[in-house]
Amino acid sequence: MKFLRQMCIIVLFSFLGEVCRAVIPFPIPASIYGMVLMLAALALKIVKVEQVKDAGTFLVSFFPILFIAPTVNLIACWDDIKNDLLVLVVIIVVTTVLTFGVSGLVAQWIGRGKGDKNHD
Amino acid sequence: MIEFLSSSSFFALALALVVYAFADVLQKKFKTPLLNPLVVSSAVIILLLVVLDIPNERFQAGCQVLSYLLTPATICLAISFYEKFQALKHYLPAVIAGVLAGVVCSLGSVYILCKVCHVDHTVMLSLMPKSVTTAIGMALSAELGGITAISTVAIVITGNIGNMAGPTLCKLLHIDDEISRGVAFGTASHVIGTSKAIELSQLTGAVSSLSLTLAGIVTCLLMSFLAQYM
Repeated sequence: MKFLRQMCIIVLFSFLGEVCRAVIPFPIPASIYGMVLMLAALALKIVKVEQVKDAGTFLVSFFPILFIAPTVNLIACWDDIKNDLLVLVVIIVVTTVLTFGVSGLVAQWIGRGKGDKNHD
Repeated sequence: MIEFLSSSSFFALALALVVYAFADVLQKKFKTPLLNPLVVSSAVIILLLVVLDIPNERFQAGCQVLSYLLTPATICLAISFYEKFQALKHYLPAVIAGVLAGVVCSLGSVYILCKVCHVDHTVMLSLMPKSVTTAIGMALSAELGGITAISTVAIVITGNIGNMAGPTLCKLLHIDDEISRGVAFGTASHVIGTSKAIELSQLTGAVSSLSLTLAGIVTCLLMSFLAQYM
């Protein structure tokens, strides 16, 4: 019964996410609305962590296998990308290294600034 | 025989789960991010579909039931995010600043490089969410009109780059403290990078995990705003 109750809450938030997706005219996935609503519910103590944690951990453990079919679908769009493959890989490598450096250095810079203030 | 496999209700699902289970064992045995179970299992399945001449559409239809779990599972990311958030409140300014800068950098650099290299518009849209975790990136790609298959592959490659090059990049760029390292791993290379961050230190792993969810939300908000100008 505990598991069923937990699933009820999670599925309810999935539905609320869908409602938001239908009502708000932005290209934001229903799952993001649902996640933000769940976060708000947890922060406002409307839902307690223990009320969703077991079913949540179970669902999250499913993640990797949910992506198999979408990846296999690469067969369907292979013709669209096969000529640009090298360019795409270079773009992915360069942008990932840039993003890694920028996010890390900015976090460090802000963190240090705050640390200095604490010294004063 | 092939006809039966193509029309079977459970063949596709069984194939996906069995092949993934084997790929997972393989990675645990060799412990290298290069043998990412998702990549290995997808490659094996593609090979089998081609060799056995089973239409991709049949496989997709058989796995359809799994896609039903994507939204509820993504929503559950909020649970661990909330717990990490409570524990890491103190570092929030640095985390938020790093994630914001990283997301802007990721989206901006992908956009500019794709324009410079004359990459097809749909392919570019598929690459935009490549630094966020697969669940969010795939859904966002679909919303934007991208090709989810390209997005998932780009996301896995991105994660592996962060996982493998991350420790070296930290040394080269003098990203020395545990918090900033976590922000870099989580923002640039989502869950796959986070698995490396956890090896560096528990705190780095926790910050990485917090950053990846935050980066996902920020990317969605920013893209929903930018999409109208693309």
